[in-house]
Amino acid sequence: MKVTRKRLVEDIIHGLFLIMGLIAVGCVLMISVYLIIAGLPAIRKIGLFNFLFGEKWASTAAEPKFGILPFILTSVYGTAGAIVLGVPVGFMTAVYLAKMAPRRVRAVMESAVSLLSGIPSVVYGLVGMLVLVPFIRKTFHVPDGAGLLAAMVVLAVMILPSIIKVSLTALDAVPREYEDASLALGATPVETWFRVSVPAARSGIAAAVVLGVGRAIGEAMAVMMVSGNAPNMPGLFESVRFLTTAVASEMSYSRACSGRRCSPSRWCCFCSSC
Amino acid sequence: MSNNVKRRRAAYGFVMRFLMRLCAALTAALALFLVGYVLYKGLPNVTWKLLSTKPSYLTESIGILPDILNTLYVMMASLLIVLPLGVCAAIYLTEYAGNSRLSRVIEYAAETLSGIPSIIYGLVGMLVFCQFLGMQTSLMAGAMTLAIMNLPTVMRTTQESLKTVPQSYREGAFGLGAGKWRVIRTVVMPGCVDGVITGCILSIGRILGESAALLFTAGFAHALNGVWKGLHSAGATLTVALYVYAKEQGEFAVAFAIAAILMILTLIVNGAAALIGASFKRRRSL
Repeated sequence: MKVTRKRLVEDIIHGLFLIMGLIAVGCVLMISVYLIIAGLPAIRKIGLFNFLFGEKWASTAAEPKFGILPFILTSVYGTAGAIVLGVPVGFMTAVYLAKMAPRRVRAVMESAVSLLSGIPSVVYGLVGMLVLVPFIRKTFHVPDGAGLLAAMVVLAVMILPSIIKVSLTALDAVPREYEDASLALGATPVETWFRVSVPAARSGIAAAVVLGVGRAIGEAMAVMMVSGNAPNMPGLFESVRFLTTAVASEMSYSRACSGRRCSPSRWCCFCSSC
Repeated sequence: MSNNVKRRRAAYGFVMRFLMRLCAALTAALALFLVGYVLYKGLPNVTWKLLSTKPSYLTESIGILPDILNTLYVMMASLLIVLPLGVCAAIYLTEYAGNSRLSRVIEYAAETLSGIPSIIYGLVGMLVFCQFLGMQTSLMAGAMTLAIMNLPTVMRTTQESLKTVPQSYREGAFGLGAGKWRVIRTVVMPGCVDGVITGCILSIGRILGESAALLFTAGFAHALNGVWKGLHSAGATLTVALYVYAKEQGEFAVAFAIAAILMILTLIVNGAAALIGASFKRRRSL
C-alpha cells in the first residue's frame, strides 16, 4: 500500500516536471505556428515574389503596395555595416584584454563591457538621437542625420560587448602550451597572439560574430529612434526602415485599422531570425 | 636582409600593439562616455517631484511614479511565472530525461527561443495574449511575454548549476533508499540555488531593459494603480516611457532622467550579479 502511494507521488512529480519542460517547446511551436498562420493569407494575396522583391512599400496609400525589399536590404546593409565597424574593434579589444592587459585593467574593462551589455537599448537610442544624429548632420552637411549610417554606428556599439565577451572566453580557452611552443620557436609575443592564439580560438570568434549578427538583426528600438523610419531604399544618409522597425511601426497601424495587413512583414522577420 | 626582416617584425609588433591599445581605449571611452553623458544630462532632472507623482495635465507636470510601479509589477509577475517553469524544466532535463530525444527537442526549443528578436515576442504576445486570449493590452500580457522571453535564460543557468552537483551525491542518496523526488528535493535542489539566483538577476536585467516586446503588449498608459488592478490594465514600464517621452513627445529632460535611473539600476544589477557570482565561487572552492 505504502509502496504504491510512493510510486504515485513519484509519477505525479515526474509528470509535473515533464509538463514544465514541454511548455518551452509549446512556446516555440506557438510562436512559429502563429506567425505562419497570421502571415500566410497576406503573402498569398500579394504573391511571394511581389512581396519579397517589390520595391515599394505604401501600406496606407489608396492603392496599397507591399514590397519589403527595402526593409530586407536595409537590414542586410545595416547589419553588415555594424559588423564592419564593430567586429574589428571588439576583436582587437578582446585580444588586448586576453593577452596584453595587466590584471587590474582587465578587471575594470570587463565590468565596463558587462555594463555596456546591460544598458537598455532605448538608452542607446536616446543618446544616438541626441548626440550621433546631430553630429552626422553637421559633419556630412546632410539635411537630417537620422538614417542608415547612424543606425549602423549605434548597432556597432550595441554588438561590441557580446563580441568582446565571447571572443575573450574563446581566447582564454587556448591552451598555454601552444603559446609557449610558439614563443620557444622564437616568435615575438604579438606574433604568437595573432598567429597562434587567434587561429586556435577561431571557432569561438566566429561564434562571437554570429552572435553579433543576431543581435544586430533583432534590434528594434534603438534603430527605430535613429534611422528615420521612412520606407526608402537604403542609402547611407537616407532615412530607412529595418525589418524589425517595420514590424513595430506597422503594428501600430494595424491595431487601428485591419489586423491582417502587416502580418507578412512579421513573417519575414521571423524567417530572417531563424 | 635579416635586418630587413627584423625591422618588419618589430614594425608589425608595434602596429598591432598600438591598434590593440587603441581599440581597448575606444571601448573604455565609449562606456565612460555613455555612462557619464547620461548621468550628467539626467541626474539634474531626477527630482523628488518627478519620482513621486504621476503625469498631470492640470499642472502640466510629468511624473514617473506609475512607470516605476509598472516596472516592478511586470518584473514580479514575469519572475513568478518564469522561475517555476524554468527551474522545473531544467530539473526535468538533467534529472529525468537524461539524453533522450525529448530532452534534445526541449533544448532545441529553448535555444530557438533565445535567438528570436524581442520585437517578434512583442508581436506574438500581442496576437496571442492580448487578442486571442482576450487579455487586452495589459501588464499581465506583457509579463507573460517577458516570461517566455526569459525562459531560456533561467533554464540554462539552472542547468549549469545542476551539472555541478556531483553525481556521487545522488548515488549516495539513492543508495540510502531515497526515491527520485526525495533526492531532487533534498540533494539536487539546494545545489541549484546559485543558478536560480543568477538566472533571476539576468532576467531582472533583461526585464528592466526590454521595451520592444512591451510596447504593444503592455501599452503606454501612465495611470497610478495597485498591484492587482495594475496587472490588468495597460501601463508603460520605465523603458517604454523613455521611448514615448523621447520619440513621440520630445520631452528630452524627462527621457534623460529616466535614462539616468535605468543606468543606475543597470549598475546595481551588474554589481549584484558580480558579487553573487564571486561569493558562490568562494563557497564552491571551500
